[in-house]
Amino acid sequence: MTSVMRIIRGVKLAAALSVVLALGACASNPADQAGGPGGPGMAGAATPGSQQDFVVNVGDRVFFESDSTQLTPQSVATLDKQSQWLSNYPQYSFTIEGHADERGTREYNIALGARRSQTVRDYLASRGIQPQRMRTISYGKERPVAVCNDISCWSQNRRAVTVLNASS
Amino acid sequence: MNDMMNRTPSGFDLSRRRLMLGAGAGALAGLSPRAAHAVLKLDVTQGNIQPMTIALPDFVGVGLQDPETARAITQIITGNLKRCGLFAPIDQQAYLEKITSIDGQPRFPDWQTINAQALVTGRISRQPDGRLKAEFRLWDVFAREQLTGQQYFTTTENWRRIGHIISDAIYERITGEKGYFDSRVVFVDESGPKDRRVKKLAIMDQDGAAVKYLTRGEELVLTPRFSPTTQDITYMSYGQGEPRVFLMNIETGQRETVGNFPRMTFSPRFSNDGQRVILSMSLQEGGSTNIFVMDLRSKATTRLTDTAAAIDTAPCYAPDGTRICFESDRGGQQQIYVMAATGGPAQRISFGQGKYSTPVWSPRGDYIAFTRETQGQFSIGIMKPDGSGERILTSGFHNEGPTFSPNGRVLMFFREPAGSPGAQLFSVDITGRNEQRIPTPSFASDPAWSPLLS
Repeated sequence: MTSVMRIIRGVKLAAALSVVLALGACASNPADQAGGPGGPGMAGAATPGSQQDFVVNVGDRVFFESDSTQLTPQSVATLDKQSQWLSNYPQYSFTIEGHADERGTREYNIALGARRSQTVRDYLASRGIQPQRMRTISYGKERPVAVCNDISCWSQNRRAVTVLNASS
Repeated sequence: MNDMMNRTPSGFDLSRRRLMLGAGAGALAGLSPRAAHAVLKLDVTQGNIQPMTIALPDFVGVGLQDPETARAITQIITGNLKRCGLFAPIDQQAYLEKITSIDGQPRFPDWQTINAQALVTGRISRQPDGRLKAEFRLWDVFAREQLTGQQYFTTTENWRRIGHIISDAIYERITGEKGYFDSRVVFVDESGPKDRRVKKLAIMDQDGAAVKYLTRGEELVLTPRFSPTTQDITYMSYGQGEPRVFLMNIETGQRETVGNFPRMTFSPRFSNDGQRVILSMSLQEGGSTNIFVMDLRSKATTRLTDTAAAIDTAPCYAPDGTRICFESDRGGQQQIYVMAATGGPAQRISFGQGKYSTPVWSPRGDYIAFTRETQGQFSIGIMKPDGSGERILTSGFHNEGPTFSPNGRVLMFFREPAGSPGAQLFSVDITGRNEQRIPTPSFASDPAWSPLLS
């Protein structure tokens, strides 16, 4: 059971990664990589209601300022779209992963990631998403998506990612 | 002191007794060790110490299965004494006398000529029952007298510990302080690219040797901490489901979760009597993190902080168990606080610029070490438990997570320079001097020093 879950999760991650890579190859703004509307040609490729549709056409992640859990207007816009999509496709349960950049100490960053994922959860709940569909987890600074030593990477790593579980 | 029995972590008995020159050796006028005490001594509290010159000829090996063992033990002692910064071992090439027996006096003029203040002679012999007998003598070369002598019996598997125990005996005799060499460090071994990092728990001798892996890298593991009383560690692991705090016995590999907490638990540490684990748990309300403690016997859990919307984490007990230091952003950003071990009001003790985190209380009780982040730099520092006397020991792009040596004289931490593919372990004296890199097989982080084994 658990190993099957792991495989599904792995496949899902790989799919999400390839999408992000395709979109992000020449993107300089992290918001573009979040899968804002329309990577050219990509939008049409995703089946509506699929996990790819969510990543590409809705945007699966929001970003935070350094040591902050405040939602920016852009994050609120993304989460509004997420809640809309998630209302349309109620078969999905999902996990909100909170992350921090590497410019902080380990324990604090775990707590900070937890607070970020909780902020997103609270917001989605306020938009009518049922709490029992949502799970939160924090990875602190353990799972960076961008690896370099300046702010261009750190700002991409300060994120909360909504990861859809396999539809049931 | 005589025939003291020490239980080693591996379950072997290590017996120790005072080694005096026998009647047959005769020549020594009965100088007591006490009389010599004033002659050769280092004060470790001083920042700038002229290291003591010391000669360590290879120990004599008698009937050993592996004749290299005696030499290897000598090298462990030489390495320990050199690394601690208080001793300057003299190159063996310079030695005039070849030590072939330790039963008589060395030729003091030969050692005076090469300016050795201290001399260590030793012998490792195989006993009829297969165990090793280790003997050593520490000599004050210019006073021409023995400062101390000990003999130990142990199994061959324990040969490295012989080197560490003799190192501690020398350190203690010269400085008047407890040593720290017969101890181990548990840490997180890191491999693979940063965005697909594999982390394993590992344990090694404090000198970086004898690395053993405790997990295989399938689960993300963080922040291992030693029990002060048993061969257990506590750590955080992302296994199945909720990330949680675990206990592991490092001899048997057996593990269990700590408590039945409803949400993610992390940042664990043992109480000083080893009876409780203090940790933090992230809460739903306001995304806060608060501090809890669990009694390992009764499993009773107590909430120690109740700070709405704040992050209270990285708790650590004072050595007498009456107080706890921890970090909290309740005042707006991470600072260090101290409160009673039973909870209640907390007093902020860090007031410098920037953020303070990862406080750890010295086993001596005199200092709290921390990570400080200011102007994009991460430093390791110490301050007294009332917040006074702050001293930064090292600064750079990223230094984090100090842990004290068992005698409170040395800190180990991890460092990652800008642009580096990973972190490595370093040690520094609490004087701020004698920074040393600790060799590890791969990248390494989250070191935690054990208590003395013997």
